[in-house]
Amino acid sequence: MKPLNRRNFILGSAASAAAPFMPGPVNAAAKGARVVVIGGGFGGVSLARYLRRHDPTLAITLIERDAQYTTCPFSNFVLGGLYPISQISFTYAKVKAAGIDVLNEEAVNIDPVAKTVALAGGRTLKFDYLVVSPGIDIIWDSIKGYNEQAAELMPHAWKAGPQTSLLRRQLESMPDGGLVVIAVPAMPYRCPPGPYERASLIAYYLKANKPKSKIIILDASDAFIKQDLFMEAWHRLYPGMIEWVPGSKSGKVLSVNPSTLTVSTGFDDYKASVANIIPAQRVGAIAVRAGLDQGTGYCAIDPVTFESQVHKGIYVLGDATIAGEMPKSGFSANGQAKACGRAILAAIAGTAPAPAKLLNICYSTVEPSYAFSIVDGFAVKDDSLHLTFEDNRTTPIGASDDEHSREAQSARSWYANITAEMFG
Amino acid sequence: MIERRRLQARNPYGRGRYFLLQFAVIVLIMAPRLSNPAQITNGEALGDACTSCHGIGGHSTGYIPSIAGVSKATLLQELKAFRAQSAQATIMNRIARAYTDSELDALAEYFSTRPRQ
Repeated sequence: MKPLNRRNFILGSAASAAAPFMPGPVNAAAKGARVVVIGGGFGGVSLARYLRRHDPTLAITLIERDAQYTTCPFSNFVLGGLYPISQISFTYAKVKAAGIDVLNEEAVNIDPVAKTVALAGGRTLKFDYLVVSPGIDIIWDSIKGYNEQAAELMPHAWKAGPQTSLLRRQLESMPDGGLVVIAVPAMPYRCPPGPYERASLIAYYLKANKPKSKIIILDASDAFIKQDLFMEAWHRLYPGMIEWVPGSKSGKVLSVNPSTLTVSTGFDDYKASVANIIPAQRVGAIAVRAGLDQGTGYCAIDPVTFESQVHKGIYVLGDATIAGEMPKSGFSANGQAKACGRAILAAIAGTAPAPAKLLNICYSTVEPSYAFSIVDGFAVKDDSLHLTFEDNRTTPIGASDDEHSREAQSARSWYANITAEMFG
Repeated sequence: MIERRRLQARNPYGRGRYFLLQFAVIVLIMAPRLSNPAQITNGEALGDACTSCHGIGGHSTGYIPSIAGVSKATLLQELKAFRAQSAQATIMNRIARAYTDSELDALAEYFSTRPRQ
């Protein structure tokens, strides 16, 4: 042991005085910590880019099965014929160029004790921090007769990509005077206003091209988000074209027959020209296999850090989470990714993350120059996320055409900015 | 050692100097950490929610305005007007309600110091 002299006494005192601000163990892992991210969507890509922008020393690996990502936000623009699908599709080229190792492979297993992720190709990756953002899987047996083969005839289009293109082709080839059925599951599901925006933009296409056609929304629920605003818009823009059948009026779809395109509720059978069946969903299979959902279908998280309540050092983002009153949306996942990024950086530095806010801002576009929004803030209370304010969350009823037009422009600007943050 | 004893003997405030020196060492040790790229200020952490619409660093494409490098006074004035429901806005009047005075100040400080493109 070194004799206590002035020099090492001072340094020792300084170190202990600074201890609350210093990393716990200052070790090799602190620099160049290995972060593995499963899922290349709004949660995973936002997180990977956020960490890379803040710390060039981290080793970040993003595991994503597909080489190309098609966003669910704005996929209704493709269905309405406003955007080609190429406009909402992104490669990972710029994610890679930013210094993130992108593996187009499937993650098949997580070992939370050994801290490894097994890939379908047989490789195993070691991590210090793991972020799981796999999005949703369809629950195929939730509607009788609906399975992967049925989805080729009655697309769900609730994961954007080939399903979106298929539904668009069906709309293009349906006859004027045909019936489009949209089946909506019970909550919770990805993008709560999505089915109603979809009905609106399909109506926009049909009104111009097949004006004798009808849209019926068969809904498991009795109310939906921004309902008054959607109803106001449908009345103004598409009178008589869209019919909404709530759960209490037998709206819940129980079974389908793909060969005849018949959609059945408890009381009625609907013979569709185009049937868009959105089934119940749960977190992606990798999270289920790792036990992160505890058998509930979604994953419990810490509402500040988004660390799993099941496994420490594993974080869960986006649609996969149980995030209190925060909805399953791309905007939510992006904000959660930044909260999680701050938490991981703080954990590496041995500090607490700076306090921040979680928001969800969601535009619904019902016509190219007509949109409205809901704006929510979330605060942590009782270990969950609660609305900061309950009143005046949406665009007001009776807003002017100018307001709706500016919100429509804002929606497109938001999309350009958030996708640039991820893929630009 | 002898030199130091002399200093302390001559200076009745030697012990105070000693603590000043200790403080200086702490500051020197802390300094590199404060400039660590991973260090996130409150303004930046709060601003993370803004960039989802206003773009990275406050640089926006399209209709939503860029807020990078706008003067702090202007930003703060606008944010407070939104919160008071006294400005023309599509959604900012609703959002601003979620923030306290000090949070709006931190946000204005952060985005005013982002470089314009």
